[in-house]
Amino acid sequence: MAMRVSYRLESTLESVNQAEEVATHIASKAGFDEDEVARISMAVREAAVNAVLHGNAYDPNKKVTVGFENTDGTLVITVSDEGKGLDLANVPDPLAPENLLKQSGRGIFLIRSFMDEVRIRSLEPGTEITMIKHVQGQAAEGKEESK
Amino acid sequence: MTMKSSTRQVDGITIVDLSGRITLGEGSVVLRDLVRDLLGKGNKKILLNLGDVTYIDSSGIGELVSAFTTVRNGGGELKLLNLTKKVHDLLQITKLYTVFDIKDDEAAAVQSFAK
Repeated sequence: MAMRVSYRLESTLESVNQAEEVATHIASKAGFDEDEVARISMAVREAAVNAVLHGNAYDPNKKVTVGFENTDGTLVITVSDEGKGLDLANVPDPLAPENLLKQSGRGIFLIRSFMDEVRIRSLEPGTEITMIKHVQGQAAEGKEESK
Repeated sequence: MTMKSSTRQVDGITIVDLSGRITLGEGSVVLRDLVRDLLGKGNKKILLNLGDVTYIDSSGIGELVSAFTTVRNGGGELKLLNLTKKVHDLLQITKLYTVFDIKDDEAAAVQSFAK
């Protein structure tokens, strides 16, 4: 059964927790197993942290939008902010030896690790990240490079 | 559930028992303050027991890395004990499993610190 819902949230840490909780609930209902639900929830949390912290920089005048769409065993999640935008070329590889001991910079990497497909696009203003996860056995597996 | 911590001493090693979530704005700040406080009091051999840590996000991972480098730069040693499967998997995919000294037996972990 198709389902679509979206939330417009304040740029706060409470919103990050809220997005994570909703993701856990929706992923569970969509039929993912416990481990996959945990990965999806963490991906949404990381995306929401990026939106609140790096995108909107806690600006009370800027909102974070989190959308969920579940259709035939495929969960599509979008998280968008109204910030200054994300320059993917300047996101360092957290696995590079010179970056291993850096305190930050692992969020996008974890999202890509946990989801089947990840797309990032610039908005005017802001950034939108789309994360797709297929219930196992219901769609082809594989990752897609972000554009 | 936010992070909780308690500290005990075993054979000159400071064991920090952590529980709950180490995430942005919650446990990460607590962990940072805790490690700095221990170092400030001269406790340089620290074993973080993560057995009851239910969740770590990328900010929490960053705080563990920061704690590790802070203690090392202060001339001490910081090791991890009792990783849950989720935390173990996270450290593995971020390639930090080889950076940290990770133990699963407390007595052996205590003995492993330099005398």
